[in-house]
Formats: sequence, structure tokens, C-alpha cells
Amino acid sequence: MIHAAPIIHPNKVIHFSQVSKRYPGGYEALKNISFEIAEGEMIFLTGHSGAGKSTLLKLIAAIERPSSGSVVVRGQNIATLKAGAIPFLRRNLGLIFQDHKLLFDRSVFDNVILPLQICGFEHRESTKRVRAALDKVGLLKREKSNPITLSGGEQQRLCIARAIVNRPAILLADEPTGNLDSGYANEILAIFKSFNQVGVTLLIATHDENVLQQFNGRTLALVHGSLTPESAAQAITGESNLGNLGKLR
Amino acid sequence: MIIGIMDHARVLARTIRRVFRTPVSNALNVLVIGIALSLPAGIYVVLKNLERVAGQASSAPQLSLFMSMSASKEAIAHIEKQLKQHTAIERVEFVPRHEAFAQLKLTSGLADVMGSLKENPLPDAFIIHPKLTHPERLEALRDELRTLPHVDHVQLDSAWAHKLGALIKFANLVIWLVSVLLSLALVAITFNTIRLQVLTQRDEIEISKLLGATRAFIQRPFLYFGLLQGLLGGITAWLIITVSMALLNSYLANLTHLFASNFTLQALSANDIMTLLLFSAYLGWLGAWLSVNLHVWRAEIK
Repeated sequence: MIHAAPIIHPNKVIHFSQVSKRYPGGYEALKNISFEIAEGEMIFLTGHSGAGKSTLLKLIAAIERPSSGSVVVRGQNIATLKAGAIPFLRRNLGLIFQDHKLLFDRSVFDNVILPLQICGFEHRESTKRVRAALDKVGLLKREKSNPITLSGGEQQRLCIARAIVNRPAILLADEPTGNLDSGYANEILAIFKSFNQVGVTLLIATHDENVLQQFNGRTLALVHGSLTPESAAQAITGESNLGNLGKLR
Repeated sequence: MIIGIMDHARVLARTIRRVFRTPVSNALNVLVIGIALSLPAGIYVVLKNLERVAGQASSAPQLSLFMSMSASKEAIAHIEKQLKQHTAIERVEFVPRHEAFAQLKLTSGLADVMGSLKENPLPDAFIIHPKLTHPERLEALRDELRTLPHVDHVQLDSAWAHKLGALIKFANLVIWLVSVLLSLALVAITFNTIRLQVLTQRDEIEISKLLGATRAFIQRPFLYFGLLQGLLGGITAWLIITVSMALLNSYLANLTHLFASNFTLQALSANDIMTLLLFSAYLGWLGAWLSVNLHVWRAEIK
């Protein structure tokens, strides 16, 4: 990681430096984005659909690579990360997808155990963890059901259970409350807050105004692939939230 | 390590369940592979038996020289001396007529007929092992020996064994060609089966990648499937050959009884069976590996 490594404060788990993402055909989804996220922060990423929220999350999970600039996640530069190292980066991330990405050929339980099988956990330990995760999202009684029988809100919570079962350090959520009525949305938001309280870093992309109104932390707002001036000004203030004054002095 | 083995066992169990999820189409695949493999393996068995027959007759050429019935002992001794001095002849065996008669009684299975004969119809004979093997030179030697006094008949033996040997070499080449072609077919069958599986499990593969699955984790069940399908195909081929041999042998038993011989087709040896099964399993694995590489990794997100 000697290659063009920006100097990053150790507690910055996500670091974007002048990141652009152009797709083949010339469409520029992200333009010159710079920001940092410290360990233990809970941040909302806002903007209209098409503003580049999903692309930004995909860069963090190494689903896409930046066209220019550097994306550093837990000390690893996504631009230069070897294909063989990507799975191990992703095991430290919990991904919550807008379209849930559940498997309907197996039970709720088997959906949640998949990340643990991938990491090679022992079966008894896995079972314990799956039940704990399902309990956390209130789906323990549905473990034998097929996900197709769950409501939209329940499917979203199942997706969250699968994302946290591996106890990742960072949770990335893409429109976790999209298409849900406000009752469900609040439930999910409460779950996220409880994760944040135990030290998990969260980055939540949403365009849901109701959610944003209840939240008074840092937000990053994207407009047509760029951070708004207000967001850009806040881009590195995360550390002041944590009371780390070392750099501000 | 123990967890690793348990993982493999679980994947294998899941693979077997997957085979039984679509039993008919998988059974048909296995049958096609079995038939494809049984062709070259079957030809191999037939050839091996032919080689055995050819090996029973000496494959080195021999000449048999039969004296006339009226030849005196002196004349025979004279001929023997001449033969031993001949530059084209390596070695000479003298077979006296009474010995030949006794041996024929023992080996030919025609004892009944021989016993009814009043006198020995066989002449004294020499078995000549020539130094040369070229067919034309052998024929020249035969013609030369025919002109010797008191020689009734000279016969060039084992030429047929030579021809058979050449034929077997040719057939071996045919086996190779057929094996290579049908192996390609086997790889293609597995390739296609795995391609269909990858298509139906596109979601699972995609999601597993997003959840941090390594290449090995994703391809393992497909490779196991290919291996298993190839192995089952190999076992099917083995069964096809064994059953066919049993049928042929029961027919041969009738046939050889008429000739007072007890020739039976020899089945595949344990070594041959191991080779067949390992080879078919390997080909299945190879087809799966190629398919996974093409259909899973080429579609890798960049």
C-alpha cells in the first residue's frame, strides 16, 4: 500500500480522496469526491436517485473501482486491491441492499447463515450467531419460513440480520427504508442506532426525508455526482464529533 | 484442519443432494458419458484379448520343415547338419514323429480321433528359427529349403501372428482416436451441465461474492459436481462392459465347446478399472473447471 498512499489518521475507517467514477460511455457518476469517516460514526448519505449514492457505496465494497483518486477502506486501497483480497475486505463489511438480494430457494435461517459458511465458521457457533442476529431484528420465530412469505419490512430486516451476523466493523446500507411505510422505517432506524451504540460504523444512503428529520448527525449530500458545498465543508469534521482535537488545534 | 474436512464433506453432501434434485436429466447425462466411455474401453478389452491370442502363438516367425515319410535316418541327419550350418538359420529343433504324435494327442483335444488311427500319420520334422524376419527373405528361405532332398513340405508359420500384430497396432491407434474424441465429448457434456447450473444459480453466486466468498468457495460445488458426474459415468461404462462381457462369454462358451477349447474373454483388470474411473472423474472435473472459469469468472465485476 506504499503506492500513492494518502496519510490517513488511524481511526479513519473510510477515506475518499479526489475520487471520480466514470462509466464506459463517458457517464460520470462521481466527480472529485473527498471525505473521511471515522470509526464509530453514523453518517447519512443523501441525494436524489441518480446522484451517485449507490456508486459511492459500491466503491467502498470494491464492487466498482474508482476511475481516479483513492478510496481507502480499513487501510486498504480499493484502486490497487488484488482480486484475491476483495473477499477478505468484504468480510469486514455488512452490506444491506436496496433490493435485499435474498435467496428464495432456502429458509430465512439458511439465508442468514450464508456469510458464516463463506467465512468457514463451525456449525454450532454459526447456529448461535444466526439466532442472535435474527433475534436482534425480531425474526427469530420466522427462521424456518421462506423469505418469499415475509413482508417488505421483514425482508429488509432479514437483509440486515444477514449483514450483521458476521459482526462487521462497517455497515453500508443502500436505501434501507425505501418502499417501507414510516412505522417500519423507524423500526429499522432504531436497529441501526443500537448497532452504532456498540461501536459499528454506519454509512446509510437514503432519500427519505422523514428519516433525515429524525437524525441530527453528519450527512453527506450528493448532487449530480458532487458533494454539496455544505457537505464538503463537513467532510472531515467527523473527528470533532468524536472529540479528537489533535488535528484541529 | 478438521473444520476444513467438515466443509468439504458438507459441500459434497450438498452436491449429492443437487444431483438428486434433477434425477432424470442427471441420470441421462451419466448414461451418455457411460456409453461414450464404454466404446473405447470396450475396444480396448477386445484388443487385449486378441493380443493374448496372438501371444499364445509365438510372434517370432518360424519355419516347419516336414521330411518325407520315406526319408532314412542318415538322410535326416544330413539335412540337420545342413540346416545347422545354414547362415540364415539361428536354431533348429528336431521333432521326431513319435513325439509329435504324442504331443498332438495331448494338446489338440482330438484324442478320440487320434486313438482310432492305426499308425502314426506324422512325418519327422524340424522347427527352424531363422535369423531374419523380413517376410520376403523368409519366403526365399522357404523356397530354398524346399529343394533339399527328402524334404516333403516347408511351411512358413506365424505369418498370421505378424499380420495380427500389425492389425492390433492399427486398432490401438483407432482406440486412441476414439478415446480422444469421446473424452472431448465427455468434457463438453460436463461443461454444458455446469453452464446450466451456473445460470440457475446466478443469484447465489452473485450474493456469495458480495458476502466475501472466495473463488475456491464458489467453484467448489461445481467442481465436485463435475467430478461426481464423471465418476458415475465411468462406473456406468464399467457396468456396460462387464454386462456385455458376461453376455459374450456365455455365447463363447457354447462356441469354444465345439472346438474343445476353453477360451474366455478376460474382463477389465483392477488396474484398468482404476484408470477408467480416475480418468472419467478427471475429465468431469476438467469440464466443470473450464465451465466455471468461463461462466463465473469472466463475468467478474470490474
